[in-house]
Amino acid sequence: MADLLTTEPGALPGEPPATTGLTMQQAINRALAELLEEDPRTLVLGEDVGRLGGVFRVTDGLQQRFGRRRVMDTPLAESAIVGMSVGLAMAGWKPIPELQFDGFAYPAIDQIVNQLARMRYRSRGALPMPVTLRVPSYGGIQAPEHHGESLEAVFAHVPGLKVVSPSTPGEAYRLLKTAVRDPDPVVFMEPKSRYWDRGPVDSAAGAAEDGPEDEPRLRIARPGRHATLVTWGAMVRRCLQVAELAAADGVDLEVVDLRWLKPVDADGLAAAVRRTRRAVVVHEAPRTAGLGAEISALLMERCFADLRSPVRRVTGYDVPTPAGPLEEHYLPDADRILLAVQNVLEN
Amino acid sequence: MDTNSASPGRGTPPGPPDPGLLRRLYRDLALTRAIDRESLALQRQGVFPAYVQVLGQEAAQVGSAAALERGRDFAFPTYRELGAAVALDADLTGYLASHRALWHGGLWNPRECGLAPLNAVVGGPVPHAVGWAMGAQLDGTGGCALAYFGDGASSQGDIHEAMNFAGVFRLPVVFFCQNNRWALSVPLREQVAGGSVAARAAGYGMPGVQVDGNDVLAVHTAVAEAVRRGREGGGPTVVEALTYRRAPHSTSDDPTRYRGTPEEAAEEAEWAGRDPLELARRLLLAEGAADPEWLDRTDRAAALRARRHADEVAALPEPSGEEMFTQVLEHPTAALREQQEEWREWHGYRADWEVAENG
Repeated sequence: MADLLTTEPGALPGEPPATTGLTMQQAINRALAELLEEDPRTLVLGEDVGRLGGVFRVTDGLQQRFGRRRVMDTPLAESAIVGMSVGLAMAGWKPIPELQFDGFAYPAIDQIVNQLARMRYRSRGALPMPVTLRVPSYGGIQAPEHHGESLEAVFAHVPGLKVVSPSTPGEAYRLLKTAVRDPDPVVFMEPKSRYWDRGPVDSAAGAAEDGPEDEPRLRIARPGRHATLVTWGAMVRRCLQVAELAAADGVDLEVVDLRWLKPVDADGLAAAVRRTRRAVVVHEAPRTAGLGAEISALLMERCFADLRSPVRRVTGYDVPTPAGPLEEHYLPDADRILLAVQNVLEN
Repeated sequence: MDTNSASPGRGTPPGPPDPGLLRRLYRDLALTRAIDRESLALQRQGVFPAYVQVLGQEAAQVGSAAALERGRDFAFPTYRELGAAVALDADLTGYLASHRALWHGGLWNPRECGLAPLNAVVGGPVPHAVGWAMGAQLDGTGGCALAYFGDGASSQGDIHEAMNFAGVFRLPVVFFCQNNRWALSVPLREQVAGGSVAARAAGYGMPGVQVDGNDVLAVHTAVAEAVRRGREGGGPTVVEALTYRRAPHSTSDDPTRYRGTPEEAAEEAEWAGRDPLELARRLLLAEGAADPEWLDRTDRAAALRARRHADEVAALPEPSGEEMFTQVLEHPTAALREQQEEWREWHGYRADWEVAENG
């Protein structure tokens, strides 16, 4: 397995990177444009989302097309961006705020947790919060500190929030539409290392009209028989690569793209794992109290008797996301995932 | 401290005050005072687990909220804005329900009266006022937002972010600071660098005025002017009402631990001598807007109505436990529905068990 140490996303045999379709940032851009077009109460706001088109160009051209009233550059203050979105929702608007990077959700945490997530509850439904908070997330681009973090467990722990994370351009397009149409606040975690991936975007696919409860929430990204990799966001592609490598050794891995991190499709997950009876959860966030613990517990509760092996977790470590080249040591790589697969298969 | 800070442009009405307005303000002041008194009694009787008195701040709250137009404007309170609820004609029994701890945000409908739910994070609702004002501006309603906060909350980052946003976008927001000189136990001099919240407005490119917060007409005039400026596209304003919290921070607080020096006692006595209702009575009499008999009758009517709200809130049923689950999300998650079912089963089991135990 020595050659696996050099694995790079998109550089593996068996899964050449797509050269057709839209990039993920183009797919999200298209979804935003269509959302702004179809609902005049929809607004985009955030730091540098207007004239610049966002630091990842996700909102490129939207201000030119929809004007400064619908696509707003805000001052640099994350708490006020989220707080203002709460007020806009109270006034009957549907804001889609952007926090420029994951780590800068922390300055806004009071407005996210104490305000956005609770206003509906506090007002007994009088003040619903149809707000979709876009957060470019996860590592993989060797960015500076606070620019490569994985906060899904933080968000998923908060009553009143929903959390979704796409893995492909087509998924990003569709899931963003579902999120914005959801009447509840949704944190939309975009895997920034996948922004430049290309893939087909089916505009006709639309989105679930009534939110994530009405559609299959997880996606079998690759069917397999011997063990199930459960993952989301940027790690979906890595797990698909791992599955290709394992296939060369005769191991048939299933890859589950969870998509909705809250609500987790617990029934769908249990059904998938019951088929292989072995599961490995893969995520970038630190292990302790990470979402992998929740997944593992759900599997214990729902299919303990079917499991042939304890659920394993391959995760980041309990350290701040490290700088530069150390990030490769931190993020789950193919070898670590394969080792965990080997472990669950040996039981 | 100079409590006679009302000067031209600082809450002085341009002409003789409208007698109808004066009577309306007094009615609201009297009702606020009466409900405040009943609420304290309800806390002493054990109906309210705790209460936050408004005593001394009635004029600041009534004068500011009365400058709003119901249905067009929106006020964003903290947890001590009974006077605003009165002036906005909120469902006051529903308002008091939050002090009975029946529901965190209260049981009134914020959309009906333009008063947001109670908020215990001081400073937290102030950015909401800015966002709401942005929405009103986009809709072209001419609506204006009024954000309540205190001298303590003025230290919060959210206040500064909100003021800056409102200044940049020139939004119709009145940042209304009730400077009651005490942030729980910490006095103004240890809380607000420079001593003035209004002075900060200049840095955010908006006017800032200080008014005598115990003079209901001065407050009303200053806020009405700020609201008018907002409606006309003139952007936000900071109004700092100088007042005094005469009661403890809450019924759980013991101010003898921090308000002890002779200077502090003198200050307290000075403010007690400038009671907002007493000042308003004098004003109405001096302006010929009312006679003593009208004032007494108004006080009696307020006492009766306060009593009615007190009786009503004490008699309100406790909310159903189901609502813990149903109010969180418009589309509850499967996990939440499962937990609701789990609670329901346990609740039913416990009820059966209690019947079996107690007959």
